Amino acid sequence: MSLLEIENLSLTIGDTPILKEIELSVAPGEIMGLVGESGSGKSMTALTVMRLLPHAARATGRVTFDGIDILAATEDQMCALRGDDIGMVFQEPMTALNPVKTIGEQVAEGIRWHTRASRADAEERARKMLDRVGLPSAKFPLSRYPHELSGGQRQRVVIAIACALKPKLLIADEPTTALDVVLQAQILDLLRDLVAESRMGLLLISHDLAVVTEMADRITILRHGEVMEAGDTASTLSGQLHPYTRQLAQASMHVPARAKPHLVGTDQPLLQVEGITRDYPGRRTSLFRRAPAIRAVDDVSLSMAPGQSVALVGRSGCGKSTLARMILALDRPSSGAIRFRGEAITGKSEAELKPARRDMQVVFQDPYGSFDPRQKVEKLVAEPLHVLEKKPTRAESREMVAHALHEVGLDQRDMDKYPHEFSGGQRQRLSIARAIITRPKLVVADEPVSALDVSIRAQILDLFAGLNQKLGIAYLFITHDLTVARAITDEVLVMHEGKIVERGKTNDVLDHPQSEAARALVAAAPDLHRAIAKRMQEQG
Amino acid sequence: MTLRIDIPEETFRSILAKAFGNTAFVTGFAITVLIVAMAVISYVWTPYDVTKLVIADKTQGPSLAHWFGTDHFGRDILSMIMVGARNSIAVALVAVGIGMGVGVPLGTFAAARGGLVDEALMRVNDLVFAFPALLSAIMITAIFGPGAVNAIIAIGIFNIPVFARVARAGALAVWPREFILAARAAGKSRTQISIEHVLPNIATLLLVQGTIQFALGILAEAGLSYLGLGAQPPMPSWGRMLFDAQTRMVVAPWMAIFPGMAIVVTVLGLNLLGDGIADILDPKSRRQR
Repeated sequence: MSLLEIENLSLTIGDTPILKEIELSVAPGEIMGLVGESGSGKSMTALTVMRLLPHAARATGRVTFDGIDILAATEDQMCALRGDDIGMVFQEPMTALNPVKTIGEQVAEGIRWHTRASRADAEERARKMLDRVGLPSAKFPLSRYPHELSGGQRQRVVIAIACALKPKLLIADEPTTALDVVLQAQILDLLRDLVAESRMGLLLISHDLAVVTEMADRITILRHGEVMEAGDTASTLSGQLHPYTRQLAQASMHVPARAKPHLVGTDQPLLQVEGITRDYPGRRTSLFRRAPAIRAVDDVSLSMAPGQSVALVGRSGCGKSTLARMILALDRPSSGAIRFRGEAITGKSEAELKPARRDMQVVFQDPYGSFDPRQKVEKLVAEPLHVLEKKPTRAESREMVAHALHEVGLDQRDMDKYPHEFSGGQRQRLSIARAIITRPKLVVADEPVSALDVSIRAQILDLFAGLNQKLGIAYLFITHDLTVARAITDEVLVMHEGKIVERGKTNDVLDHPQSEAARALVAAAPDLHRAIAKRMQEQG
Repeated sequence: MTLRIDIPEETFRSILAKAFGNTAFVTGFAITVLIVAMAVISYVWTPYDVTKLVIADKTQGPSLAHWFGTDHFGRDILSMIMVGARNSIAVALVAVGIGMGVGVPLGTFAAARGGLVDEALMRVNDLVFAFPALLSAIMITAIFGPGAVNAIIAIGIFNIPVFARVARAGALAVWPREFILAARAAGKSRTQISIEHVLPNIATLLLVQGTIQFALGILAEAGLSYLGLGAQPPMPSWGRMLFDAQTRMVVAPWMAIFPGMAIVVTVLGLNLLGDGIADILDPKSRRQR
């Protein structure tokens, strides 16, 4: 018998239909993967099972958990279920924990509430649970606060809270999306072990087909609130009978078509970074004493030719973004020199930097945060024009914005809209339009596709590749996603704890990694081909 | 969670529709309009002349002829409240203007520069803030003499640190956002970024603080007039009316009740208006119902 049975579930919020006739079931000890792009209704399905929907939502159909009709249950019944029989793990480990409570308190809280255990008993169980998820109390005492832990460690605490009472069902909503690949592999292993240990059912929600293929026994693919295809993971993905399944699988393995790397024939390197180091002052331990400085970037040198695409890969916190900010002259190195087109840019004033700024632009990760919500697209995209020697007139600037929008595949009428009127992928196009409007020689892209759905990601990668061909722009791609690096760059630099530990041709490094750090990254990176092959093998 | 609730398109019309669905805003707005209308009408017409003393009519209770009664000189209290509203609104409005005009640039500048400049500015700010508004007002009027203008300056100075703090706190929350980084990468100076990106994003915050300071300004003006440090006779003011009523509370309670009501209702109305604006314009404070 199934543990969770969703039959014919439909959901509307106000007048907007969100889910249409969803069918889904999870058996004890089974991992069910729920895949779909953003807005497909994955999270809403999870929230329906938890009955944590917004007030305006109306659900019809049947949701049965362990013999209980969820949609008809009273709030008291639901409170007893939540956290006890059904646990939930959220995506963002930074905000899912209460910053003013210790991790011990947060794990013990649910135990005390549901079992009426004494404080000491609950703490003992919390200690065991934290030990189980890989945070032994000898190294991570219960009195730690969330901010004293890294992202991966925090996600372990969230899992400990969700699993503390041995729930029958665990719902994990994008549990690893905010983590780098190495941490992702560790957390997925942990979840898999927990399922095997206690025959818990796991509903794993993800946009990443490779992750779900590696983990799930069965898979349900959602699109626009409807189930497109459901079934056994291996046969569903190896067969790819449904067109949407095929489309998703192809998009997640997409490699943009590129001709020869576009090299502009000059000997002078475009960018030279020579032995730069960045120290952040340590925390003040007393009035006169500081902890030793934290070295974010340690003696890094690199060089880029015009038109070349270079990937900078590494785990989160390895210093990639700090390095990028120094190259963009948004942060000053503690020592070392950066030369752009042969001219030093370190230690110059903002006015002296103007010529360099013209040829150097940036694309950020978050398509939602990188635009001022109060300005129209015309002004936002035209922002870099202000560094031009001769300020363009309003008409000229409109003309240039229209041209840039056209180049990234948007309509010139879009310039009178506000950023919130665009989808995530369109906003990333806007971001690229803003970066290329001054015809720069170098674009630094900091995780430009990691917040996007797979099909959108494929389009944006194509756009990057196309602009490299057409305009000869050199890219410095910062990413923790090796498929992106492989898709679009000629050379790769692997960064680990502030140092560059390996460099070389992208395919060489990714196929035969030499350094420890590069090997760990390659091994942990989810790969759809590999995952499907492994599944097929397991089933014979 | 991948759940993202997109901010719906905010047109002028949708904001207006939302505004009129918000009880706090509608009530506050109605009261504010009423008070301002009273003040404006008082320039062209009041039921009685407030400068004319009619001793024969002194301390009369509310009647059809004198809705709110008369004071100890026989002046019509309704007329005096109407004329007094002018004074209260003018003083509070200009004081908010002074506070915003000086405080907001100061706060955004402090946030943009950071470090020692920020620290120094904010500590001076704390120093000004440490004096109770009324105390500093008494100090200023003691030095420069009583009068409406000095009251405005006194209340205005008290407003500066309030706005500086709100602007700085708001600006600090905007500065780490990625679009600021993008603007810096585009070569914009800190001043330009402050004006183009930071100010529009903290405008709501300032507007709400403005209505609250406006209400506090009216209270402060009433307090100063009560002490005889605000507008000077024969110009009627709400605070002064309360002072006059104090010794006659038992014989002529209406002399205290109506000016008191005027102050309470105005302050209440402005606070409701501020709450309403905050609810309407800030998507984060909007409660899901």
